[in-house]
Amino acid sequence: MSAPTPAGRWTAELLRARAERTGMALAAPALAVLLTVVVAFGVLQATGADAGQILSTTWSYGTSGSSLVAVLNKSVSYYLAGLAGAIGFRMLLFNIGIDGQYRLGVFAAAVVGAAVTLPPVLHVGLEVVVAMAVGAAWAWIPGYLKTSRGVSEVISTIMLNAVATGLVAYMLTPGRLAVSEEGSNNLHTPDIAASGWMPGIDTAWGTVHGFALVAAVVGLAYGLVLSRTRFGFELRASGMSPRAAAVGGIDTRRMILTTMMVSGAMSGLIGLPELLGSSHRYGLDFPAGLGWTGLSVALIGRNHPVGVAVGALLWAWLERCAQPLELVGVPKEVVTIMQGVIVLAVVVAYEVIRRVDVRRQQRLVGRAEADDPDGPDEPEPVASGAVAS
Amino acid sequence: MSAPTLSGERVRSAWGAMGRAWWGRLLLGLVVLTVAMEVADTPDLISQGSVGAALRFAAPILLAGLGGLWAERCGVLNIGLDGMMIMGTWTGAWAGLEYGPWAALLGGMVGGGILGMLHALICVTFAVDQTISGLAINLAAIGLVRFLSSLVFADLPGGSISQSPQLGDIPEVSVPGVEALLGPLAEGGVPVLSQAASLVLGVLVDVSLFTVLAAAMVPATWWVVQRTRLGLRVRASGENPAALEALGVDPLRIRWVALTLSGAFAGLGGAYLVTVASNFYREGQVAGRGFIGLATMVFGNWQPSGVAMGSLLFGFTDALRTRQESTVRALLLVAGVALLVVAGREVRRDRARRAASYAVVAAALLAWFLLTDTFPSEFVGFAPHVATLLVLALAHQNLRPPAALAVPFRRGQQR
Repeated sequence: MSAPTPAGRWTAELLRARAERTGMALAAPALAVLLTVVVAFGVLQATGADAGQILSTTWSYGTSGSSLVAVLNKSVSYYLAGLAGAIGFRMLLFNIGIDGQYRLGVFAAAVVGAAVTLPPVLHVGLEVVVAMAVGAAWAWIPGYLKTSRGVSEVISTIMLNAVATGLVAYMLTPGRLAVSEEGSNNLHTPDIAASGWMPGIDTAWGTVHGFALVAAVVGLAYGLVLSRTRFGFELRASGMSPRAAAVGGIDTRRMILTTMMVSGAMSGLIGLPELLGSSHRYGLDFPAGLGWTGLSVALIGRNHPVGVAVGALLWAWLERCAQPLELVGVPKEVVTIMQGVIVLAVVVAYEVIRRVDVRRQQRLVGRAEADDPDGPDEPEPVASGAVAS
Repeated sequence: MSAPTLSGERVRSAWGAMGRAWWGRLLLGLVVLTVAMEVADTPDLISQGSVGAALRFAAPILLAGLGGLWAERCGVLNIGLDGMMIMGTWTGAWAGLEYGPWAALLGGMVGGGILGMLHALICVTFAVDQTISGLAINLAAIGLVRFLSSLVFADLPGGSISQSPQLGDIPEVSVPGVEALLGPLAEGGVPVLSQAASLVLGVLVDVSLFTVLAAAMVPATWWVVQRTRLGLRVRASGENPAALEALGVDPLRIRWVALTLSGAFAGLGGAYLVTVASNFYREGQVAGRGFIGLATMVFGNWQPSGVAMGSLLFGFTDALRTRQESTVRALLLVAGVALLVVAGREVRRDRARRAASYAVVAAALLAWFLLTDTFPSEFVGFAPHVATLLVLALAHQNLRPPAALAVPFRRGQQR
């Protein structure tokens, strides 16, 4: 048995380590998909439906042009909500108040937008600024409570969601800020003038919300800010190790407040695709629970700007597929279960794989130290000059 | 030897003793409420009907709050409480339809308990973040009950995808003789005494057995948590799981047990909604009560008695809102006076800054009472949430959450 040269051994080890790392990176999504498929199959079995037929029906419906446009339009809001959740998650902040911030933000934008008439671009800009400012202001409350009173943002944002819902319900009554429509029990704010609309992008299958571009820009900005700016670095550092970040001179309190408010500003945008693109007024029929969707989408997308986009599209696509399910005799609520299962599967899969990976690395280190004839490495003595700098 | 005189010292100590004793506080509360009834002209503020309704509204919040208490005392955050309650409404209604109203209790507990175990599997065994696990459970529960309803309730006569057929009733009980004894007094219009009689009547007459059971859960939880071996271990798991493990107990197992119980309590609250508060399952029936339960737990400082107080307070406001909106305005006065009392207590303890913040809030409430004739009912809907935020913001120094709350624990982990 000929001993390999040290260089050859290193190369082999390096290659194996890289292969293992790639394998670990792929293992988590694979495990998540596997978990989801198994549960989905179980649920469909429970309804006694033919899985093949369901797949072919939903696939052909869900990939038609009009479906794709509808999915894209719906996913714009989900993407913004997902980003609002993700920026908090990156810093271990749970902004469960996205729902309230979205609601107040879009409501304020609708009221202000209907009250004024400005040149087109300015009008839309004002609405966007109002929505973001109100969302950020509402998110400041839990941020303040956390930094100055030590109140967990989980509890305070849950409470503030209920308060926001109540406030909007109070203001959205006839005689205050709402007008009612004859023959309908939908209450809504007055219509925004056409100068405050966001033009759509016409395609062969329908109109895509113009706000999709804004959402893309927000996603790009999110990615760039996180990876290329000092704020992004401090945010990620605080998320990975709050204590190390604090020791490293990062002002944790300021970071919490800023992140909360940025997240709130993003939440303010969630309702705008609908407001500026199609409804042009805020009404009782605006969707509820977008905050939960946002957090779920952020979890599926692992807080990565592209991942969150995939998550948002998947979420919207699943909802679109609910309609043909009824045709083949499957309750469309299966979709909600699937969404829950996907979130759980992703979260659990990544945690399990992470744990396996940590154990693997510990084993590698242990083996390397056992092979090393000199025993465990002593830390290098540090030159006094290095300490002083 | 001089005769004992009623010196200022003695009056003060008597006043202090009364403020400390439970009957003294009750009496003070009744006096304030009676004055409020007179000033705001709202005779329905304290009546047999409003007290009974308050109990019915409080019970599900109480059960959810106790569920939250079991989870958090073992060190696990349970945002999924609302989902577990939703699950409890469905399984409770299903079991109630199949096997009679009492089976609904068991059904609700099993349904909530299963989700509690799912929570334990995700955030205890897999050590996933507890908030995320709770979020996912809320999401899954909503889908699950809709799915199950479409399979089961939609095909039943009187049922639909969002509603179940009617369930049987759980019997109501009264303490014999109370109504004959106190009825005339409650009607008599004697200040304070009539209100006290109404209070007693509301609590003792025509009360559902399920309400009695829910009330019994408060001392039961206190006893188990404070006086039994399991309770000690649950508390240790919430304060210092590493120490618990060092003593040879597996904190993960304790957390599994406590979370199952937590889910069962929340599910029982759900079962209450489908049997007593209404008598069928309806989608959206829980209406965030799981979150209010969570709020009562914070409000009640993680103590069973505190949870009971909080749920009664929130249940009372809820009952007033549904019964008679005009009475709600009187609550501003009550809350303002109550906060003034608290502020006075802080002054005596030489905590001027806190006293001042209480006094400011109290003054705002009283001004609001004086300046308006009506109080928007939308505001009452989130009164519990605002109250909880205020408690968190103003009295957080007095709150004692479990030390290891929301920290995932791994076997063999150091502190």
